[in-house]
Amino acid sequence: MNDFFIIPVIKLLVVFSVCLGFITYTTWLERKALGHFQLRYGPMRVGWHGLLQPIADGVKNIFKEEVIPENADKAVFVMAPIISITMAVILLAVIPFGEPITIFGKKITLCLADPSIGVLFILGFATIGSYGTILGGWSSGNKYGYMGGLRASAMIISYELSMAFSVISIIMVTGSFSLVDMVAAQHNLWNIVREPVAFFVFFISGIAELNRIPFDMPEAESELCCGYNIEYSSMKFALFFLAEYTHMFVFASLVTTMFLGGWHGPLLPGVVWFFLKTFFIIFICIWVRATIPRLRYDKVMKLEWKFLLPVAIANVIATGVAMIFLG
Amino acid sequence: MEKSEIIDVSKDRAEKGHYVTPFLKGLGYTLGNFFRKPVTVQYPDEKTQRSARWRGLHRLNVDEKGDLKCVACGLCAAICPSQAIAMVPYEEEGKTRYPIKFVVDELRCVFCGFCQEACPKGAISLTEVYDYVDFSPKDFLFDIEKLKTTGRARI
Repeated sequence: MNDFFIIPVIKLLVVFSVCLGFITYTTWLERKALGHFQLRYGPMRVGWHGLLQPIADGVKNIFKEEVIPENADKAVFVMAPIISITMAVILLAVIPFGEPITIFGKKITLCLADPSIGVLFILGFATIGSYGTILGGWSSGNKYGYMGGLRASAMIISYELSMAFSVISIIMVTGSFSLVDMVAAQHNLWNIVREPVAFFVFFISGIAELNRIPFDMPEAESELCCGYNIEYSSMKFALFFLAEYTHMFVFASLVTTMFLGGWHGPLLPGVVWFFLKTFFIIFICIWVRATIPRLRYDKVMKLEWKFLLPVAIANVIATGVAMIFLG
Repeated sequence: MEKSEIIDVSKDRAEKGHYVTPFLKGLGYTLGNFFRKPVTVQYPDEKTQRSARWRGLHRLNVDEKGDLKCVACGLCAAICPSQAIAMVPYEEEGKTRYPIKFVVDELRCVFCGFCQEACPKGAISLTEVYDYVDFSPKDFLFDIEKLKTTGRARI
């Protein structure tokens, strides 16, 4: 009973609180890093160098008035952010945070669940999570939200293809869907050396899936006045926002797990290396955001269907051929 | 950005992949920015410097003996475009004329500096003070005592 119930519950609470804490402070990191990339400071007033800013944002969102527009489809309007955040947080369940540790004589693996379908779980639930974006835009009763939702849906569906193909090549190299096996298979050589093209395709597709700049079309702040979350205020907006940052954290964890060797690393414990690598990838996402302008919508589609998808498929074929000849 | 920092996208836009090298150069530029000191001035903890000619609030200057230089000629009041200056002169036999009442309404003032140009004695000048706040409009009617102590005078 102990092993079945108490340990998973404790792991759940720890993972949930630690990861959500990190995700909330990713918003702080983003604002500070974007500021420094733009030769300015980020938040400086709330706490030392703005460290209490996420808490201030949370308190503000709790006390703000929630407005539901008249034209909105009420049920869907309320469901959309719930779908978004739920599917985003579920993904945290299968990420391997570190090597198995031993507490009080019991061996505990540092992932909440290790289903044999590992990566498919993440891909599947991330797709359901994109429903939140689409439904949010559609149910707002506002033409800008609607446009944002349409663009988001087309973009997300397209980029899932190249993402899936790059994941397929990693699955072929590892021989298993499970994320824990993928980390274990990298203890000699990181997958980024074995599959650089897959890394490249996965990274770009991931940034597109996250609706981040340069693929910012659905939430183009200056162009579409915020796109699909235009009519959302206070807590629902905060949930969309948090869902996006959770997806970013999960994406960075996936890149770490599949390409950068997971929690392997010389001196420090596995968990520390995992978070260092994850935050390095998040830093690169923020760096890219600070640098390039938004891609036009047809360019976004062109990039996927005419470039990334053929490259990803060619990579899968090449991986297969290499595996046959090299064993 | 100086001229050398401008990153050119290729002239022939039909080239495939013409955006890759400028993109990487852009990444390098932003990373360089990350390690430079930000240009923000944290007002009000740090302030920037005004120039010596800055036209701020008025000040009535005094000479070495501590008397006002002002002789209440009325030139500043006459030239003020917003009629912000009002004065009442007083003259005794054999002594210099001086103002017994001199009021500048700082809220009417447009800080043009004509009064300090018109004054023949250099008695009124505009200081560097730009951030004066107070509670009601009548607090902005600066009389002689207040005008003697505004900020640091222009040379």
